[in-house]
Amino acid sequence: MAYNGDSDRSPAQQPPLPTAIKLLVAGGFGVGKTTFVAAVSEIEPLSTEETITTASIGTDDLTGVGDKVTTTVALDFGRITLDPQHILYLFGTPGQDRFWFMWNELSDGAFGAVVLADTRRLEDCFPALDFFERRGTQFIVAVNEFDTGYRYEPEEVRAALDLKPNIPIVCCDARDPRSATLVLVTLTKHLMSAAASSVR
Amino acid sequence: MSDFEHPLLDDDAGPLVRPYTVSNGRTAPTAKLDLLSLVRSTGQLRPSQLENEHAEALLLCREPISVAEVSAHLRLPAMVIKVLLSDLVDVGAVIAQAPDPAVDPTDQTVLEALLNGLQRRL
Ligand SMILES: Nc1nc2c(ncn2[C@@H]2O[C@H](COP(=O)(O)OP(=O)(O)O)[C@@H](O)[C@H]2O)c(=O)[nH]1
Ligand SMILES: [Mg+2]
Repeated sequence: MAYNGDSDRSPAQQPPLPTAIKLLVAGGFGVGKTTFVAAVSEIEPLSTEETITTASIGTDDLTGVGDKVTTTVALDFGRITLDPQHILYLFGTPGQDRFWFMWNELSDGAFGAVVLADTRRLEDCFPALDFFERRGTQFIVAVNEFDTGYRYEPEEVRAALDLKPNIPIVCCDARDPRSATLVLVTLTKHLMSAAASSVR
Repeated sequence: MSDFEHPLLDDDAGPLVRPYTVSNGRTAPTAKLDLLSLVRSTGQLRPSQLENEHAEALLLCREPISVAEVSAHLRLPAMVIKVLLSDLVDVGAVIAQAPDPAVDPTDQTVLEALLNGLQRRL
């Protein structure tokens, strides 16, 4: 006897599963990615471990078998249920360079990204900018305003990062849910205008 | 999956679905799942008809939930969860969102749902 008893539903009769929307939060180590994800998430920010097997680099392969290295990457993510048919998942990208290979999987199917920048070390977000530009992933830059950081004008940041004029730059406090949510709103509006202009 | 015996859905027989663990030597899930694949139980199987992690995973699937969330809640690596969940798909206990067609990031309807959902939180 099936669990449902008389209301035995075939897969076709099930209501459709919601659509999952993936956004990324990238930037250098300590810039506030985990803080940002926690601020906007409706659940306690969660962490999942992804295990990846890669061929090790720089080992002499005399056996022909090839050395495999298994690396575990912890990913922070949060969830926002937008409506019954849409769930937003926000993933913090692993900051360390040695996890660059995770970025491919993470950016697959991502709608867009927030690149967090810290004005005390702007250069830390260069790898993220390079990566998203190369992948064609839409992004905006959000300057996380640490109390000790010098306040730059967005246009100064744009010049320092050599960003195209159409890429929004906003300031935020990654600890503040409203401020972090506003960053996501800016990203979404940027995605909408990018999508509209790519149709033409 | 060729080595799977279809479970007998008998009420009193106890757990009939054997756990397929990664330690069984299988490391690749049969269903194509990624971190953001959503799953939901079909109601065709009770958690009590399953063992251990399979039962725990099924309990989490009452509402639509992602592979990443199941992994976080059960504190098991995503790779293990993908195998567990694809076992549950194989026995008809859960349905998974087909990974194709992938969501189109330029779909204005989806982007509007994103914008509205975010603005409601301000
Ligand atoms: N003062 C201040 N501290 C912050 C802010 N955002 C993050 N932090 C702190 O900076 C540290 C690193 O943040 P974290 O989110 O872990 O950075 P991650 O490495 O990018 O994930 C933590 O101790 C945070 O509490 C901010 O906007 N202002
Ligand atoms: Mg972090």
